Amino acid sequence: MRRRIPQLVCGLFGLVTFLCYFSSHPIARKIYLTVTLDYWQIIFAFTLIVGALSFVRVNLRAVERGEDRPYKIVSLIGVVLMPILALIWGIRGGSPFMWVFENIQVPMQATVFSLLAFFVASASYRGFRARSLQAAILLGAALLILISRSSIGDLIWDRIPEAAEWVRSNPAMSARRAILIGIGLGSLTTSVRVLVGIERTWLGGEK
Amino acid sequence: MDVGTLVAGLLTLAILTFLYRDNPIYKMAESLLIGVAIGYVLVVTWTNSLMALLFTPLFSRGELWLIVPFALGFLMFGRLHRRTAILSRIPIGVLIGSGAGVAIPAMLEARTLRQLSATVGPVFADGTVDISMVVVLLGVLSTLIYFYFSREQVGWWGRTARLGTWFLMIFFGTTFGYTVMSRMSTFIGRMEFLLSDFLRIIS
Repeated sequence: MRRRIPQLVCGLFGLVTFLCYFSSHPIARKIYLTVTLDYWQIIFAFTLIVGALSFVRVNLRAVERGEDRPYKIVSLIGVVLMPILALIWGIRGGSPFMWVFENIQVPMQATVFSLLAFFVASASYRGFRARSLQAAILLGAALLILISRSSIGDLIWDRIPEAAEWVRSNPAMSARRAILIGIGLGSLTTSVRVLVGIERTWLGGEK
Repeated sequence: MDVGTLVAGLLTLAILTFLYRDNPIYKMAESLLIGVAIGYVLVVTWTNSLMALLFTPLFSRGELWLIVPFALGFLMFGRLHRRTAILSRIPIGVLIGSGAGVAIPAMLEARTLRQLSATVGPVFADGTVDISMVVVLLGVLSTLIYFYFSREQVGWWGRTARLGTWFLMIFFGTTFGYTVMSRMSTFIGRMEFLLSDFLRIIS
């Protein structure tokens, strides 16, 4: 029963949305849009709250145990601070909530994102060796894009950007397209397995 | 210099200290970022999803059909306790089931049929062979053959599969190049902020 009811709900919602996709009847369209837009967003929102509560709980336990206490406290302050600021002053432009977002979150996020440039560069320096034909092709394609996207590309040969664009939109695109076809077929079979109840890993391990 | 620029500059430097090695200043900034980001997403989700789609229509306009997604969402809280955790399987079932129902036709159309129709184009145009079209056709077929594991990749089948790996390497190489360039452009943006707005070394 603990597995059967969720499975039945899963199958029922799957069947309804699948059938509604092909119907142009207003009621079918309404059901389809209601489930895929409203139901999904509302359930995702609750899921996010559960995740945040779980984060707070885990961090509070770590504070109690004294594990990385200062860092955990700072994280908790951040989680609690934003809702408080939003509650008191709102979230419009120029509010303290937006000030924290613009001057704390955005600069740090961008910097963390940019840090990866160094790690990618150092990893590629160690890993990029033209040991085989495949590795040489990978290296050549990467270098072509890097050169074409920097100002030196035009100086070396004015047709390098054009060549890079051709590589991107033809051979690279064809491999991407084959991967997408594979993903499409894989998603299709997994979805069918979920609907007919063969795929049950989403129920978790417990009975 | 305004307080916002000062704070943003100091936090940017704190994150950049990771280039030396993992250190307490970086860890503190990272913890702050995680906390603030979760808080931000919470507030935005509450405002844009729960208030706009659920609580205001349900309690102010009396749209009673919203009780169903409300109840489903509420069951997710069961996840917080081991004894009630199985209740969350029902909303998860709704998401998985409806997701699968949407994915079957959508994936077939967008990821498979459209990609196939885009691949099959006129190879001969105005009496000449369109090299780009031949490359695309060859690339898609050989890459698909490489991913077909139900037949041993030997002989002409194996050679075609090897050709597929070359196309894959070109794809991975270009993707790598674009990823590096996007990270570099973000890094240049951060350096520009530090050197002009924060330190005012360059104008």
